[in-house]
Amino acid sequence: MPEQVQLTIDGRLVTVAAGTTVWEAARAAGIDIPVLCHQPRLRPVGVCRLCVVDVGARVLAASCVRACEEDMEVQTTSPRIERSRRVLLELLLADHPSPCARERTTGDCELEALARRYGLLDRRYEQGPTRPIDDSSRVIAVDHNACILCDRCIRACDEIQSNEVIGRVDRGGAARIAFDLDQPMGQSTCVSCGECAASCPTGALTNKPLARRTGESGLLPLVPRSQTTAVDSVCPYCGVGCALTYHVRDNRILWADGRDSPGNEGRLCVKGRYGWDYALHEQRLTRPLIRRAEFYPKGPLSRDVRGTPSPPTPLPPGERGERQKTPLPRSGGEGRNGIVDYAEVLPAFREASWDEALDRIASRLKAIKQAHGSAALAGFGSAKCSNEEAYLFQKLIRAALGTNNVDHCTRLCHASSVAALLEGIGSGSVTDVFGDARLADVILLTGSNTTANHPVAATFFKEATRCGTKLIVVDPRRPDIANFAAFYCRTNPGTDVAFYNAVMHVLVTEGLCNEDFIRDRTENFEALRDLVVDYSPERMAPVCGIDAETIRAVARTIGGARAMMTFWGMGISQHTHGTDNARCLIALCLLTGNVGQPGTGLHPLRGQNNVQGASDAGLIPMYYPDYQKVGDPAVRAKFEAAWGVPLDPAPGLTVVEIMAGALEGCIRGMFMMGENPFLSDPNINKVRKALSKLEFLAVQDIFLTETAEFADVVLPASSFLEKTGTYTNTDRRVQIGRNALVPPGEARLDWQVLCELSTRLGYPMDYTSPEEVFAEFASLTKSYAGLTYANLGTTGKLWPCPDPDHSEGTKVLFAERFPTPTGRGRFVPCAFQTAKELPDGDYPLVLNTGRLLEHWHTGTMTRRAQALDALQPGPFVEVHPDDLGRYGLADGATVTVRSRRGAIRLEARASRAVTPGSVFIPFHFREAAANVLTIDELDPYGKIPEFKFCAVRLEK
Amino acid sequence: MADFEPVLLRRVGRPLDIWAYRADGGYRPLEKALNELQPPQIIQMVRDAGLRGRGGAGFSCGLKWSFLPKDHPGPIYLCVNIDESEPCTFNNRYLIENDPHQVIEGVLLACYATRATTAYLYFRYEYGKAARIMQQAIGEAYAHGLLGDNILGKGLNVNAYIHRGAGAYICGEETGLIESLEGKRAWPRIKPPYPAVEGAFRKPTVVNNPETLSCVVHIIDRGADWFKSLGIPSSDPARPERGSYGPKLYNLSGHINKPGTFEIPMGITTQELIDKYGGGVWKGKKAKGAIPGGLSTGILTAAEFDARLDYDDLARYEIMGLGTAAVTVFDEDTSIVDVVYNIARFFSHESCGQCTPCREGTGWMLQILERMRAGQGRREDLDILADVGDRIGIIPGTTICGLSDGAGWPIKNAVKKFRAEFEAYIKSGQKKQTVSLALAHH
Repeated sequence: MPEQVQLTIDGRLVTVAAGTTVWEAARAAGIDIPVLCHQPRLRPVGVCRLCVVDVGARVLAASCVRACEEDMEVQTTSPRIERSRRVLLELLLADHPSPCARERTTGDCELEALARRYGLLDRRYEQGPTRPIDDSSRVIAVDHNACILCDRCIRACDEIQSNEVIGRVDRGGAARIAFDLDQPMGQSTCVSCGECAASCPTGALTNKPLARRTGESGLLPLVPRSQTTAVDSVCPYCGVGCALTYHVRDNRILWADGRDSPGNEGRLCVKGRYGWDYALHEQRLTRPLIRRAEFYPKGPLSRDVRGTPSPPTPLPPGERGERQKTPLPRSGGEGRNGIVDYAEVLPAFREASWDEALDRIASRLKAIKQAHGSAALAGFGSAKCSNEEAYLFQKLIRAALGTNNVDHCTRLCHASSVAALLEGIGSGSVTDVFGDARLADVILLTGSNTTANHPVAATFFKEATRCGTKLIVVDPRRPDIANFAAFYCRTNPGTDVAFYNAVMHVLVTEGLCNEDFIRDRTENFEALRDLVVDYSPERMAPVCGIDAETIRAVARTIGGARAMMTFWGMGISQHTHGTDNARCLIALCLLTGNVGQPGTGLHPLRGQNNVQGASDAGLIPMYYPDYQKVGDPAVRAKFEAAWGVPLDPAPGLTVVEIMAGALEGCIRGMFMMGENPFLSDPNINKVRKALSKLEFLAVQDIFLTETAEFADVVLPASSFLEKTGTYTNTDRRVQIGRNALVPPGEARLDWQVLCELSTRLGYPMDYTSPEEVFAEFASLTKSYAGLTYANLGTTGKLWPCPDPDHSEGTKVLFAERFPTPTGRGRFVPCAFQTAKELPDGDYPLVLNTGRLLEHWHTGTMTRRAQALDALQPGPFVEVHPDDLGRYGLADGATVTVRSRRGAIRLEARASRAVTPGSVFIPFHFREAAANVLTIDELDPYGKIPEFKFCAVRLEK
Repeated sequence: MADFEPVLLRRVGRPLDIWAYRADGGYRPLEKALNELQPPQIIQMVRDAGLRGRGGAGFSCGLKWSFLPKDHPGPIYLCVNIDESEPCTFNNRYLIENDPHQVIEGVLLACYATRATTAYLYFRYEYGKAARIMQQAIGEAYAHGLLGDNILGKGLNVNAYIHRGAGAYICGEETGLIESLEGKRAWPRIKPPYPAVEGAFRKPTVVNNPETLSCVVHIIDRGADWFKSLGIPSSDPARPERGSYGPKLYNLSGHINKPGTFEIPMGITTQELIDKYGGGVWKGKKAKGAIPGGLSTGILTAAEFDARLDYDDLARYEIMGLGTAAVTVFDEDTSIVDVVYNIARFFSHESCGQCTPCREGTGWMLQILERMRAGQGRREDLDILADVGDRIGIIPGTTICGLSDGAGWPIKNAVKKFRAEFEAYIKSGQKKQTVSLALAHH
């Protein structure tokens, strides 16, 4: 086949690559062929027949599907073609409700635009609406009358998002799009990603407008695109870091569109597309607050945070998808409804000026430092903040306060993964990007509920399976993505090491290892071999719950793979043996040579939007920026020179250690920016005591969080949507998030607050912009060296990026050597150990915790986003139906879940995702906080708590 | 009555089993082909005979076979289209229910000629009896070494499978059939590629009709010249390929005294078929018109019954083609509006809904006719009907398959040929008391 073909289109000579469609070739030549069923992102199907052209054949050809041929003569327009298009448009317009919902809102109905172009405003056929309207979805309005059956939504749902919800029912004139087996959209398995509405050319599927904030009437109006300002930014939620565009008017975001970028390829999930209105919530802090004298000694203020037992809000039975219809949004005065009641909390504070508040913080922290030394101080930064803010925060704690007691929530998610990766291959970052999963022939996905926690990354995995990639899912709780798996291994909770050692046993004993790779690129193989020899599948089967044959089949699939990519989440890391779990995955990849090539590699899916960047920027007690060791005198000298102050040579304490220190009294003063440890840390009852005991706590946040109830001073921060900064996603892609809104009231940009506070602490910081901060940070690192706001552009770069002017950056790391002292990857054999707190007669069930698609961490943002809150309004515990029966509980009943550390009351939901003997609770909900129950035992290497395993019981 | 000795139907009334078929000379043509003819020779014979597809479009069978890529490593598939869904059409059902081995022999000859190794016999769902008879016959053929490996010891390998549809007209469109066979919704494929290049399971595929395959048996048996001696040559000497040759099964139904399937050499006139074979219009009435070859071909008025039922002559009266040669007569008391309404309802229901012009166009024609029958017709509706009927389909170039050509054709025919009756109907503004058109096999 020739590589290029030459043809004429409307008399113009055109040369295109072989396989190019006529429509694409015409478009490239600047010739517009009208089309309705095609979009460049979708597989062409040629069904609308509007794009028909004359290719010199007996019949007209649909140009969107017809490939260009050598010497083809194409006429894109002729009286015959135009007549055909007119008749077609007339037919479509006959029952089109004009203006349709799209034309009325964003003003871009493609059919109505064509009607205007063809002058078809008067209709020969006229028929009123005859088809149904489906208003059941929270976020998308469905009007079948406006539907032209172009199937763009079907392909968007099937092929872009791989959700496979939308199809067609009936035939001929009665044909309709339908959800699942013709369910109302809101009751279908739709996950509200909005890709269908984004693809729909007409008013058939449109975004519903959101309500304004309380106190204002009506809805946020959706207006034509031309009347909005488009702000290219990134999503504030997970580590996938989707590129998006906010459409803004009058300091309000009206809607968000996915934006084409190598990372997300224009895809979004429900949080990114519909979850940005938290920034407009009426509970935003707008002035600094100082705790009133009468509210000392300090302690929790609201009922939920006090932990006073009270019954949860009863929910109407049997209305799983239908709860909590109105009113939206909730006001702050309604009591227990998921967000803090300001009436309970605000009286404890008085408003203050920025000067007073900042001076108060500076003087109190200085006083503690003078009396007890720098080691009595600590700071929690946030992986939700930008690289610039993270850099400034750790610089403030280290240079101004003089301690390395600075950490953030990465400790609670991937600290163990990073510990294992640094030890094994010398770098904690991912070795290949998630999009390269499509190049793998096996994907190993373990301890990750990807469709909920990294929904857009999950779309690439699902897409890969459609093209023949085998997906292996290992997880005690069955994630939805297991539907796409070639193997789903439901291991017993906490037995990952046993399972992976057995898999490696098979690889080693059946000669399925990559011996060249082991010889040339690794060390310590013998130790691993000697250990796994004792872990035969037959021996491990009763331990991990997977039969020996399946373990062997999985091992052979892995061993036979040309390229395997390994992804994992918190199910691996959040264990007391989390580091061991990750060591096993590293060993598995080294054993099979699956590192360093496209479609291979180790990819711990990062949780927060900037957890990679916050770690890169040095928000870690043992590392300066770019993982330069605090304990290394040469490194310290470098930073002392750069920052102009002597630095503490001792590594600092980690998150849970700092909390323990607060309880013991050795940590006395703290500054927290954007962290909410009250809900996110294990064993809340202990955290409550610790926070109450702090001599001084300053909190910088956008809402009065649970943690802020313990604060002496609260500073009103800016939300993600109000500031500009860089964020580094799970792929190492550094992207610029741009401000779409102006902060409310006196709320200030976080980087400015940090500079101001540092100056008052006696360490002046004087930057003119985040860009300047980024330049300083980048100059102190190897990974970010060379990157600037200018070369990051709209789609960012993958670090390391040695040639940012000409390159996207580095997708695949370690093709030649590992950044370890020997250059080799190191096998670290791990013996199987049980979890710390095993079920027993008193507490017979295993509790697993995690997240839901619609919510983010402690719910501070998502529970204040109307759509997300409406989709998942309240707490619940997933219990296997057999266990419900065993305890005499009905689906939907209110139960108490109790552990040795506390108890919460919430709704029990029957679920077969969990096995009998285990339960699952999402940790987003303050009114039934899962972390009341969890155990604060730590992994000895990563210092990560065991969120995924503790013993509980159910009580009526 | 008949002065023609049936060939395709020669065994009607004889036992269906393989022993009887062989005793009557069956499978000898196959033996002859395997012993004496190379595949290209068979293709040439079929081309020389002028055999055109009996399924509706009348495409040259030998030419279709010759489109298969040469030296393809295989597999090559044969699909036998027994999704006989054109209303009033039942000749293939009759053929299979009365002589299944003749069809199998045709399948084997086609497989030998095209080097296909697998034959899928796609039955419409409603053909339960025919499918059971065929299943029995296939079992017998396997037992006699006439299916499977090394057939008749000549190294021919053919496996045959029955696939039953789920009840959609569109499965009779060859690429719709292939999609359905693959387990998908029967949406016709965009062509090119044609099935000969990329068909079932993306492999070269021939789709043939059982009657066409049965004709092949007799071309091998009696020769191309015999086949060409029956029927009518092309009226255009410059285009000899337009001739209509061989025996043909005609279905006769509707308001007729003796409906049925009749084997007649190509080219009988409509009038002769009705009078000589059908015993005339029922109840002593006169005919108002007829559908000459399945609904999708158009409508003849009684004055046009001199039209010969072949591939060529019907065009004189703006009929799309011979179609399935299923003639449905309606008598003088039948309302043409009801006839057309019935047709529109059928096609709107059976449009697969994939292409906009067909889905919307068939729906619109039906809505207009419903309104007309509700007494709310307007004169301009007739122009809209004719216009829509003219603009949808593969011939105007707006659809993927020919379904909507067939949907539009009879309607624009009727509006043109019976305009006065339509106008009177609209004027009377009332729903007429009528006998609805009995669709023979519905």
